[in-house]
Amino acid sequence: MENHRPPIVEIRNLSKSYRRGSQVVPVLEDISFDIREGEFLALMGPSGSGKSTLLNLIAGIDQADSGSIKVGGIEITTLSETELAHWRAFNIGFIFQFYNLIPVLTAVENVELPLLLTSLSKRERREHVEVALRVVGLADRMDYYPGQLSGGQQQRVAIARAVVTDPTLLVADEPTGDLDRVSAKEILDLMGRLNNESGKTIIMVTHDPRAAERAHLIKHLDKGVLNVSDPAPH
Amino acid sequence: MGIPYYYSLRNLWTRKLTTGLTIAGMALVVFVFASLLMLAEGLRKTLVATGSYDNVVVIRKGSKSEVQSGVERGQASIVETLPEVAAGPDGQPLAAKELVVLISLPKRGSDKPSNVLIRGISATSLLLRPQVKITEGRMPRPGSSEIIAGTSIANRFRGGGMGESLHFGMRDWAVVGTFDAGSTGFSSEIWGDVDQLMQAFRRPVYSSVIFRMRDPSEFERIKRTIDNDPRLSLDVMREVRYYEEQSEAMARFLRILGMSLTAIFSLGAIIGAMITMYAAVANRTAEIGTLRALGFQRASILGAFVLESLFLGLLGGLAGLFFASFMQLLTISTVNFQTFSELAFSFTLTFRIIYQALLFSLFMGFIGGVLPAFRASRMKIIDALRAS
Repeated sequence: MENHRPPIVEIRNLSKSYRRGSQVVPVLEDISFDIREGEFLALMGPSGSGKSTLLNLIAGIDQADSGSIKVGGIEITTLSETELAHWRAFNIGFIFQFYNLIPVLTAVENVELPLLLTSLSKRERREHVEVALRVVGLADRMDYYPGQLSGGQQQRVAIARAVVTDPTLLVADEPTGDLDRVSAKEILDLMGRLNNESGKTIIMVTHDPRAAERAHLIKHLDKGVLNVSDPAPH
Repeated sequence: MGIPYYYSLRNLWTRKLTTGLTIAGMALVVFVFASLLMLAEGLRKTLVATGSYDNVVVIRKGSKSEVQSGVERGQASIVETLPEVAAGPDGQPLAAKELVVLISLPKRGSDKPSNVLIRGISATSLLLRPQVKITEGRMPRPGSSEIIAGTSIANRFRGGGMGESLHFGMRDWAVVGTFDAGSTGFSSEIWGDVDQLMQAFRRPVYSSVIFRMRDPSEFERIKRTIDNDPRLSLDVMREVRYYEEQSEAMARFLRILGMSLTAIFSLGAIIGAMITMYAAVANRTAEIGTLRALGFQRASILGAFVLESLFLGLLGGLAGLFFASFMQLLTISTVNFQTFSELAFSFTLTFRIIYQALLFSLFMGFIGGVLPAFRASRMKIIDALRAS
């Protein structure tokens, strides 16, 4: 399946290193690639290969040392912290390994959180939240607290929270890493549907080859270098 | 829009034990703070209510209170016959020449002596103080060794009750009545015929002259008249002002005591709140990272944690005030430094105290929460997220 749509993410000469004591440890070295709109990309690689760092840089929660990241035509490496937070609210949907729901808020309130940063009215927010929870199949668990939901259900609430603002990109960091096989499959099915049916652009970091199979494109990172680019088997 | 307020509230509710303990610490401080203010207020109210706006107290120049004052008979007569003095129902001037003497009497139960104020009264004294009501018995007859006792005296001093007798001034005095003067200082006095008491205590002069003004707005003119009369060397004060001054030293002392005690205690409570809030921040590091990743600004995180701490303070303040309000049921007595006599009064809660106590508890919450909140807002997103 060739994707001829314009790139939505353009990464050029991106480098990032960490300081460990007096030592500088390079994590990403001179990385350049594009992600096209509607693509489902899996980033794979051994631990410490820099795949999560790359994801965090694209999502605007970490700072690069050099290089450029353009998302939807906006150069995000030059945004101030306040601008970046505002940009994330409208452009990035996060899916975390441990769901990262707020335990004191119900499913509805968790999904509503990112909408509080928009100018939507209370009624409009409620409508958006209900649609999102229906999409992930949790319309009957709206007023449950995260602690009352299974891992798979919590991750579905987190996905609803990620898509409720209709962001430019969905970024998922090991979304099935904490789930049993059945739940993991459900989550991957859901992400696949969001990609196929709603055209969501997804970038997923994973260890799990079964998860990576769902992607259109798999990129391998090793020691900070993007060295292989495989088309997905299907 | 920032992080919703119920996020902060529910987090407090989730960790009920630490929240409860922190609130208890703050409540204790607010309790002490409010109680001492209530004490000062009760004292002030009691003494101020003792006076009446229409009445004027005349004492010797330079004497701060009736106890230290001496007004010669001639001077007293001049004041009494001023045209500005109102007339009573019988046409006589509404003025009373009074004697004030301090004596020591044993208390009921403990037998410990304490100072009591004895007031020698004239026929008009009762008319000048409508707040004084005879509750039992009758007024003392002029020319007899009879006295009446205020309710606080009747209840708390040996021999002060109705039908009992007291020994002072080398005589026995029969208590023929008790009077209630509400929460005023008169309730802690003993009244008897002024001439009999002057004889008994061998006092040649009165202590004060009290009179009602014909027109209360004329006070300044009356004061000028008396000040300018070369025969009189007297201080003239409205009765309310006189009693307010009596309460000032004591009320100030209580307020200073209250402030210094609470300043020390509040340090403990603030540190308690700070520990609670630091723990809250540490436990919710990943949550903070998530909120920031979702797009909430640093200021929103700061706001949410400060709000949480302010709630903590508010709840502590409300709990402290709740318990302090029960202090109103208590009546205590103390020696008024200005007159050296016993004075019974109760803790008085006013809106001003409520608002001061709540403001103070919010202040404690704010100080306790601001550093942890600042720390929460300064975290780097990826470091915070890694804490999950």
